Amino acid sequence: MSDKKNWPLWEVFVRSKNGLEHRHCGSLHAADEDMALENARDVYTRRSEGVSIWVVESKHITASNPEHNGELFDPAHDKVYRHPTFYDLPDEVKHM
Amino acid sequence: MSEAQIKSLEKQFDERIARDEKIEPKDWMPEKYRKTHIRQMSQHAHSEIVGMLPEGNWITRAPSLRRKVALLAKVQDEAGHGLYLYSATETLGISREEMYEQLHTGKAKYSSIFNYPTITWADMGAIGWLVDGAAIINQVPLCNTSYGPYARAMIRVCKEESFHQRQGFEIMMKLANGTPEQKEMAQDALNRWWWPSLMMLGPTDDVSVHTEQSMKWKLKRKSNDDLRQQFIDQTVPQAELIGLTIPDPDLKWNEEKGMYDFGEINWDEFWQVVKGHGPMNKERMKARVGAWEEGTWVRDAAMAYAEKKRNRKEKRVV
Repeated sequence: MSDKKNWPLWEVFVRSKNGLEHRHCGSLHAADEDMALENARDVYTRRSEGVSIWVVESKHITASNPEHNGELFDPAHDKVYRHPTFYDLPDEVKHM
Repeated sequence: MSEAQIKSLEKQFDERIARDEKIEPKDWMPEKYRKTHIRQMSQHAHSEIVGMLPEGNWITRAPSLRRKVALLAKVQDEAGHGLYLYSATETLGISREEMYEQLHTGKAKYSSIFNYPTITWADMGAIGWLVDGAAIINQVPLCNTSYGPYARAMIRVCKEESFHQRQGFEIMMKLANGTPEQKEMAQDALNRWWWPSLMMLGPTDDVSVHTEQSMKWKLKRKSNDDLRQQFIDQTVPQAELIGLTIPDPDLKWNEEKGMYDFGEINWDEFWQVVKGHGPMNKERMKARVGAWEEGTWVRDAAMAYAEKKRNRKEKRVV
C-alpha cells in the first residue's frame, strides 16, 4: 500500500422520481465530491433508479445513539392528544 | 461491563432477533455476532469481486454484440454487488483496506467456484445458469436476515441477479439447439460446472460448523442440504427442457419423497479447492492483487488532485 491517504467514505441518497424524497441507499469511497457523484451514478442507479443524487461525506453525519432512545423518543408515547382520535366528537360531524 | 450484564444484554438481543426485529449498526451486539457477520459478509463481497474474473475473460470474445453488452452488464453488476456488500460490512467497524488486505493475503476466503477455469464460451452460459442459480438460492433467504444493512444489500442484489441467470440459460439453450459441435460444447460445460455448483451450497449438514448459530441469527434460514436439494429439483427439468444431460448416473426422481435422489459429491475435491489447490486459485489472486497494486498510482493521483482542488477553492474564498 502507498503512504498516501485512502479515499474517504461517502453516504449516498437517491431521489427515485420527482415528488419523492431522497432516500439513503448506501455508501461508497471516492476521492472528492465529483467522483462520489459519478461513482454513485454507477453503483446505485444502473437501472434508472434515480433522477437526483446527494452525496455527503460520512464523517459529517451526526447520528443519535440507540442507547439514548429512551429519553429521546419515549416522551412522545404518552401524548395521545397529538392524534386526532383522542378527541370525541358526535357522529353527526362527518369528515373532520 | 460485568459478565452478568453481558449475559442479560445477550438475552435481550436474541429475543429481539426472535421477534424479527432488525439490528442496526449502532445497536449493541455480541462480539461474536459482529465477527461472524464481518466474516460472512466480507466473504460474500470478495466472492462478487473475484467472480468478475472468470467472466471478464470472455467479454472481448463474446460471439455477438448482444451477448457482449449483456455479459458486460452482468460483470458490472457483480462489481456493484461487491461494493454494496463491502460498504454494508464497513458499518460493523472494519475498514475497506482491512478487508482487501484479508483477501489479498489469503486470510479471507471467497467462493471456491471461481477457482475453476472458463475455457469455452459455453462456460458463460453454465455460470449464469448454474452458478448464479445456486447463488440466488443461497441469497434469497438472506433478504430477511437480522442485520439491517446486510438484508438491504441483499434485496438489491437479488433484484438484479435474476437477469444473470436468464442470460446464462439463454446462452445454453441457443448452443444446445445449435450445431452438433455447439451442443457438445454446452454439454461439456454442464459436465464441468454441475458438481462444483452443487458444492457451492456448502458442506453437508452433518459437518457444517456454522449452521446452528447462524440459523438463530437468521444469517441462514435453510440448511445446506435443503438448499442443495432445492437447486437440484429446480435445475434438472431445465436441463431436460434443452436436451442436455446432468452428469450424474445416480440421479433419479424419487416418487415417494417427491424429489430427486443424486450421487455422491466428491468432497475431497471441494476441500482441496478451499485450501488453495484448485486449478485457478493462484491465477485469481495474482489477477486481483495485480489490479489493486497497479491501481495504486491512480488512487493516489485522484487524492492529490482532490486536495489541490480543495486548496484552490479555499484560497479563492480567502
